[in-house]
Amino acid sequence: MPSSKEKALRAKEKPAALGPDLNLKSFSRGSNPWATCPVSSLPEDVVQQSLKVGIRSDEKERAGTYFQIDHSAVFQGVQKMFKGKVEVMSTRDALEKYDWLRDYWWGLVAVDTDKYTALAELKWDQGYFLRVLENQKVTLPVQSCLFTSRDNLNQNVHNIIIAEPGSEVQMITGCVVHPNVQRGLHVGISEFYIKREAKLTFTMIHNWAQNFDVRPRTAALLEDDAVFVNNYVCLKPVKSLQMYPAAYCKGVNSKARFNSIVYGTGNSYIDIGSKVVLQAEGSRGEVIARAIASDNAQIYARGLLVGEQKDTKAHLECRGLLLSDNAFVHAVPELNGKVVGTDLSHEAAVGKIAEDQVQYLMARGFSEAEAEALIVRGFMDVSIFGLPETLRDEIKKMIDATTERAL
Amino acid sequence: MSALRIEDLCVEVFGKRVLNGVDLDIPKGETHVLFGPNGSGKTSLIMAVLGFSNYRIVSGRILLNDTDITDLPINERVKLGLGVAFQNPPAIRGVKLGDVVHSFVGKGAEANQLTETMKLPQEFLERDLNLGFSGGELKRSEILQVLAQKPYFIMLDEPDSGVDVENLELIGKVVNKFLKGRSGLLITHLGYVLRYVDTQRAHVMIDGIIACSGKPVKILGQILSEGYKWCEKCPVVKKKRCVQRRSQQP
Repeated sequence: MPSSKEKALRAKEKPAALGPDLNLKSFSRGSNPWATCPVSSLPEDVVQQSLKVGIRSDEKERAGTYFQIDHSAVFQGVQKMFKGKVEVMSTRDALEKYDWLRDYWWGLVAVDTDKYTALAELKWDQGYFLRVLENQKVTLPVQSCLFTSRDNLNQNVHNIIIAEPGSEVQMITGCVVHPNVQRGLHVGISEFYIKREAKLTFTMIHNWAQNFDVRPRTAALLEDDAVFVNNYVCLKPVKSLQMYPAAYCKGVNSKARFNSIVYGTGNSYIDIGSKVVLQAEGSRGEVIARAIASDNAQIYARGLLVGEQKDTKAHLECRGLLLSDNAFVHAVPELNGKVVGTDLSHEAAVGKIAEDQVQYLMARGFSEAEAEALIVRGFMDVSIFGLPETLRDEIKKMIDATTERAL
Repeated sequence: MSALRIEDLCVEVFGKRVLNGVDLDIPKGETHVLFGPNGSGKTSLIMAVLGFSNYRIVSGRILLNDTDITDLPINERVKLGLGVAFQNPPAIRGVKLGDVVHSFVGKGAEANQLTETMKLPQEFLERDLNLGFSGGELKRSEILQVLAQKPYFIMLDEPDSGVDVENLELIGKVVNKFLKGRSGLLITHLGYVLRYVDTQRAHVMIDGIIACSGKPVKILGQILSEGYKWCEKCPVVKKKRCVQRRSQQP
């Protein structure tokens, strides 16, 4: 059997199925290593930027932290009260520590999917490893920050999350660039293993720059009675972002849910989808997508539900809001029922802000601009995420701040 | 002195005439009722007074407390004291009922108290506006917003349609209490809410004009016994129709 490396070498020129093709040679691989240090000692500009994606340098209200800048893991650790319950470290350290981790590596995402997965194998720059031990409920979120500090840098991370049987954890991941960074390429491989009766709530917040390219490749595997909630927020411009994360409901009664809120501004090209494959009886899937396109933004909002077993059910809901005549939202909902007894459905709606809603709110005393802002903010309502209150409020604040600036 | 005065108001919706010269004067401290068959222009009158953009004013004037509001944006009219409880409010995803209520009275005890008055649970303020509300909840939520706003002049568009007996009584009593010392215009199709609300005068709208005015009890009695066919026979209506037909001929 060819090794991962051999497969990657064969796929290194292979364009992705979706999204603009990128010239990988145009990005720089050179970066000065960052020394490890406590998160609280990071430079102020790094701290301020990472705060925008929900990463707290004081580590308050967080069970553990992983912080990577460019190609260096600068901090990894778990708060005292969660030691022995959860492990957080770089995937490089984890592979050294655990031989068995090799069985999980490239276990869900094929290394030869396209040139970006190949790149992540051939030029691998760490990433986070999160493991929650059996039956442990981690009551505070674990945070990870993937930071790019140099212009035109290429960063390729490979992340693994393992939620052992009966465990429960929330992860908040922020990907962010330094204000001086204009362009660059981030490739992120993420493989999530959610074992029997475990629950993973994964919330990812992106904050890129107008000329930055992003290619995440994510897949999750759910065992019996496992629950996976994947939340995604992207409110800042990006040159091109293409991803199509997948959840495989392999265990009976497993449940996968994808929620996304995307606000496309400037000349952003955003192509995101969510895929749920129902492979066992009783499994359930839900995809909820909200896309707002302003300026010249181009947004493709995709979704694919596959029913491979009887007594399975999934629903896909996509809503697009257009704030400019030069922007577009292209919704592509797909259903693939393969057996009798699977129940798949979708609804999609794309349009501008409804005049009757604006005027109704004006009849309650709001100005036209205030009414529109309320509607746009309401469109990005984070209560769809089903997050714990503190995390929900943090994300809501980020969204409110963005909306205020944008309108 | 008038709370609301409408002078010879003609209004079009997408090029179609819906109001054909409405004259209406509601003195301060009075509440009037507006009757009329479906499609006669009752709701159009409310929308035009509010300034909704689809309701284009062809001619005429609207004065609120002697201030000409004919060309003001909706929210400016509302700031001058105009309030409305809509018949069919739109659902707005993600915007909470509380966003509106709190914008008027803040998040304190008053908001809670008003919510209680309308017999709505406090959590109801966290619901998306009008999304999945039952008929009774819609009406109570509309009245709640009006109570929070405390307008000088209140327009109520069929607060009694599609509600059960308990809700009707609650809405009627709350509205009647609120109207004391204020002025208003109440649209009702079947007049149920008049059991609870004191009104001083009634008007009947036919084909976009005020065909007749009089005592609420008397007019309601006529409508209930003879229906709006009674109005079709009215010489005022016949004459207006004749004039209209002539004016529309090329």
